[in-house]
Amino acid sequence: MQTITPHDAIGQAIAEEMRRDSRVLMFGEGVATKRRELVAEFGTRRVRNTPLAEGIIAGTAAGAAAMGLRPIVDLLFAPFLTLAMDAIINSAGKLRFLSGGQFEFPMVVLTMTGAGWGVGGQHNHNLEAMFVHAPGLKVVMPSSAADFKGLMKAAIRDDNPVLFFMDLALAHAPGAVPDDDHLVPIGRAAVVREGRDVTLVSYAKTVGHCMQAAQALQAQGVSAEVVDLRTLKPIDEATVLASVRKTGRLVVVHEANRLCGVGAEIAAIVGEKAFDALKAPIARVTGLDAPAASSWVLEQASVPQPDAIVAAVRRLVDMELATA
Amino acid sequence: MTHPTEPSQRLSMLESMMLIRAHEERLASLATPTSPGTCTAVGQEAAAVGVVRALQPRDRILTNHRSAGHLLARGADAGRLMAEVMGRADGYCKGKSGSLHISAEELGVVLTSTIVGGELSLAPGVALAQTMGQQEPGGITAVFFGDGAACEGIFHESINLAVTWRLPVLYVCENNQWQAYVRRDETMPVEHVADWVRGHRIESRTVDGNDVEAVHEAALEAAEVIRATGRPYFLELTTYRTRGHFEPDDQAYVDAGELAAWKSRDPIVLMTERLLRQGVAGHGEIAHLQQRVAATIDAALAFAQNSPWPDLRELTTDVYA
Repeated sequence: MQTITPHDAIGQAIAEEMRRDSRVLMFGEGVATKRRELVAEFGTRRVRNTPLAEGIIAGTAAGAAAMGLRPIVDLLFAPFLTLAMDAIINSAGKLRFLSGGQFEFPMVVLTMTGAGWGVGGQHNHNLEAMFVHAPGLKVVMPSSAADFKGLMKAAIRDDNPVLFFMDLALAHAPGAVPDDDHLVPIGRAAVVREGRDVTLVSYAKTVGHCMQAAQALQAQGVSAEVVDLRTLKPIDEATVLASVRKTGRLVVVHEANRLCGVGAEIAAIVGEKAFDALKAPIARVTGLDAPAASSWVLEQASVPQPDAIVAAVRRLVDMELATA
Repeated sequence: MTHPTEPSQRLSMLESMMLIRAHEERLASLATPTSPGTCTAVGQEAAAVGVVRALQPRDRILTNHRSAGHLLARGADAGRLMAEVMGRADGYCKGKSGSLHISAEELGVVLTSTIVGGELSLAPGVALAQTMGQQEPGGITAVFFGDGAACEGIFHESINLAVTWRLPVLYVCENNQWQAYVRRDETMPVEHVADWVRGHRIESRTVDGNDVEAVHEAALEAAEVIRATGRPYFLELTTYRTRGHFEPDDQAYVDAGELAAWKSRDPIVLMTERLLRQGVAGHGEIAHLQQRVAATIDAALAFAQNSPWPDLRELTTDVYA
């Protein structure tokens, strides 16, 4: 076991996969400038800087992937993805199907997002749900350093386009990462804390907030289970449903905007498939329908904090006591 | 102008243009407001045939929503193409593409995007794979697009990357004077897209896109330059879309005089007259080509109409690997 940051865990994953498979290459804005160790080991043909032009970066990745390469592209900040939407959604996401399966698009699109740097709404926008909505794509957004490494390796090996979102508040926080060839399968959630009374489903930085909330709730006699989705598409329905069937209560927590967010999908899945297990309505604790602000105070207030999660759980528990 | 090509090859180029014309006219004649329509490239056959004939088997092609010419010139089976347009199981893409996104890996027509400019975004990656050992060495990537796509920002992004990364891309701009329902001169201050690319330091050339032999010569030269230097090349073909944007289309928005002037320079008429004038072919031979093409299209249509509809399970196959 080693203690490294998610940023370095990703670098390690990429280096290991580039060593393992000569078809893997990486390019993007400042990739060769910032990841000198990759340039030193793999050279400037496989590790490239690009113009600041997200459309052509993503398009080039899609074209290269269809022809047998396995590109990883770094588009820096998630809002920049909007300039790459055509290549990701219309080409990489659809041309496997529209060509009758003649081509596949094994590529990874890496971006950062989330509160923590005060960069404001054009650099901080958790728009992962937009890609969950689009067919043909997979989406991951890990919370632990070990999962950053394991999911990056799995994403590079996957034969589908994978959107890899890095919560920038987590990027430089060290965590334990296995030394060996650590793979985390795409599509599998993790129960990171077991509990009996309520299920907290989350991903990225708010998993940590859920863990803090669970600890506070324990002091109040409420036992919370925390599920870290890790992969947003395909969603691990089985793990979520099993947990809700056990606890009977669900609170979904994410930093992304509330409307049509991943939380809405989780709530719908549970409503459709485990309604009979619910002892209380489903609750969501999410970002607002507003762009992210830069001011530290406003930025932090837009993220579901442990207190808000505790309050949401209390409402469910107290509501039930009131009606009992 | 000299024509070093063998007489049989010149006749074959004419026949290829006739086949494309017959294929598209037949599909257009079948289009109704409720049946699958098509975007034709009628009037632009010389561009497709002249360029595609200059390519080698190891080369790769990306095309767009007016793709029938590029596919047929590359040797696509007209029956499977028609089946695809009609949404049948025997189409090149199992009927999932329709007319708009047809690709055929077996022919090297590798990706088709109908997002205007989408093909330009994919082309550098295809060429990159050619330079990194994922495709047969020495191949180039030909990407077909129009003056409409040249108005997209991705056009400049694509050329800039291909130039700076030294990618073997042949940019083929079919400047057909129409951007869907909008005249080119409404949207561009210059007549030629080539005027826009000079600042990118890419070698470029503009030729008469209705003269199949001029196109062919220019494309051969362009491909040679790309193979010799490893650098991209920009070839602009001046032509005209003589049918509407999307069938059925009454072309009420088209100036009749302008259309008539371009039709008098129809690429098939030009080539036919030249071959007759030069004694390469007689009227009987031309008539024979037309009959053969018509028979091919009749058979293709029958094949397509007899092809089954896709199984409904195809709705969710090929979405994920």
